[in-house]
Amino acid sequence: MAIRARRLLVAAMWLAGVSALVAIVLYRLGAQQVAVVELSVGAGLVTVLFVFAISIAGEEGLSEREFIPNELAIGLLVVFGGLLAVMDLPMDELGVSLSEAEFASIFWEDRELDVLLQLVFIFTGVVTMLGVLADVRKPSRIKKRSDIPQAHINPAFGTDKHVPQPVLQPVAPSETQPESSKETPA
Amino acid sequence: MSTLTILAGGALALFAVGLYGLLITRNMIKVVVALQILVKAALLALVVAGKASDQINLGQSLAMTVIVADTVVAVIGLALAVQVKRVLGTMDLTELSKLRG
Repeated sequence: MAIRARRLLVAAMWLAGVSALVAIVLYRLGAQQVAVVELSVGAGLVTVLFVFAISIAGEEGLSEREFIPNELAIGLLVVFGGLLAVMDLPMDELGVSLSEAEFASIFWEDRELDVLLQLVFIFTGVVTMLGVLADVRKPSRIKKRSDIPQAHINPAFGTDKHVPQPVLQPVAPSETQPESSKETPA
Repeated sequence: MSTLTILAGGALALFAVGLYGLLITRNMIKVVVALQILVKAALLALVVAGKASDQINLGQSLAMTVIVADTVVAVIGLALAVQVKRVLGTMDLTELSKLRG
C-alpha cells in the first residue's frame, strides 16, 4: 500500500507502518537494540523527513503503470499479513535471550570499522544535504545592480577624524601595593 | 515450516514489493519509499540469517550499519527530490529523463 497509494503523504504513513512492523519482528527475534533504533529512526526520523520534503515539494499526483491489477496487490498484502500472523504463534520456541553486553562488545570492539563507517556515512549525509539544499539561483533571478536599492549612508559617516585613545601607562609596582604592606615593621 | 523460514519468506516478499515499487513508480519521492522498503527487507534478512546461524549479535551489528546507510540514502534522496522540484518544477522521472543540455 505504501507503493500503490496515490497521495505521497499516505505512502509515507504506510512506510512508517512497515517500519514499525519490521521493528516488532526484530524485537521478537531477539534483536532488541536494532529494533529500538529501527523504530526511532525508521518510523520516526525518516517519516518526519518525508513529511517535511512533501510539504516543501508538494503533492504531485502521478499515475503509475499498472503492471499487476489492484486485486492481486491486495491479495499479496493479505498473504503477507497471514504469514506474519502464523509467524507470531510459534515465536516462543525461538528462545529470545537478552545479551546486551555481548552485543556491545561485538559492536564496539569487533566491528569498530563499522562504527567508523557509520560516522563517515552520517558526516557525508549532512554535508551532501547541506550542499544539495543550498539556494540555487537561476540566472534570470539574479537582479541587476540598478534594481538593488542603494543603502542610505550618512554622508558624515566616516569623515570624522580618528580620535586617538589614551595610552595606558605602566603602573609602578610600589603604587599597586596596599597601604598596609608599605608600612615597615617596627 | 519453521519460524525462521517464514521470516525469510516475509523478507523476500518485502523485497519483491520494494522492487515492484521501484519498477513502476515515476515520482522521485516514491522511489525513495520503494528503496526504504527494499532496505528493510535486507535488514530483516540480515537479522534472520544471524539468528539462523546463532550469531544474532553479529547480525545486529551489521543491521545497525544498514540502518545508518539507509537513513543517509533517504536524506540525500529527499533533498535531491526537493531541489529538482524547486529548479525544474517536476518530480516525474520520465519527464526528467527527456531533459537535454
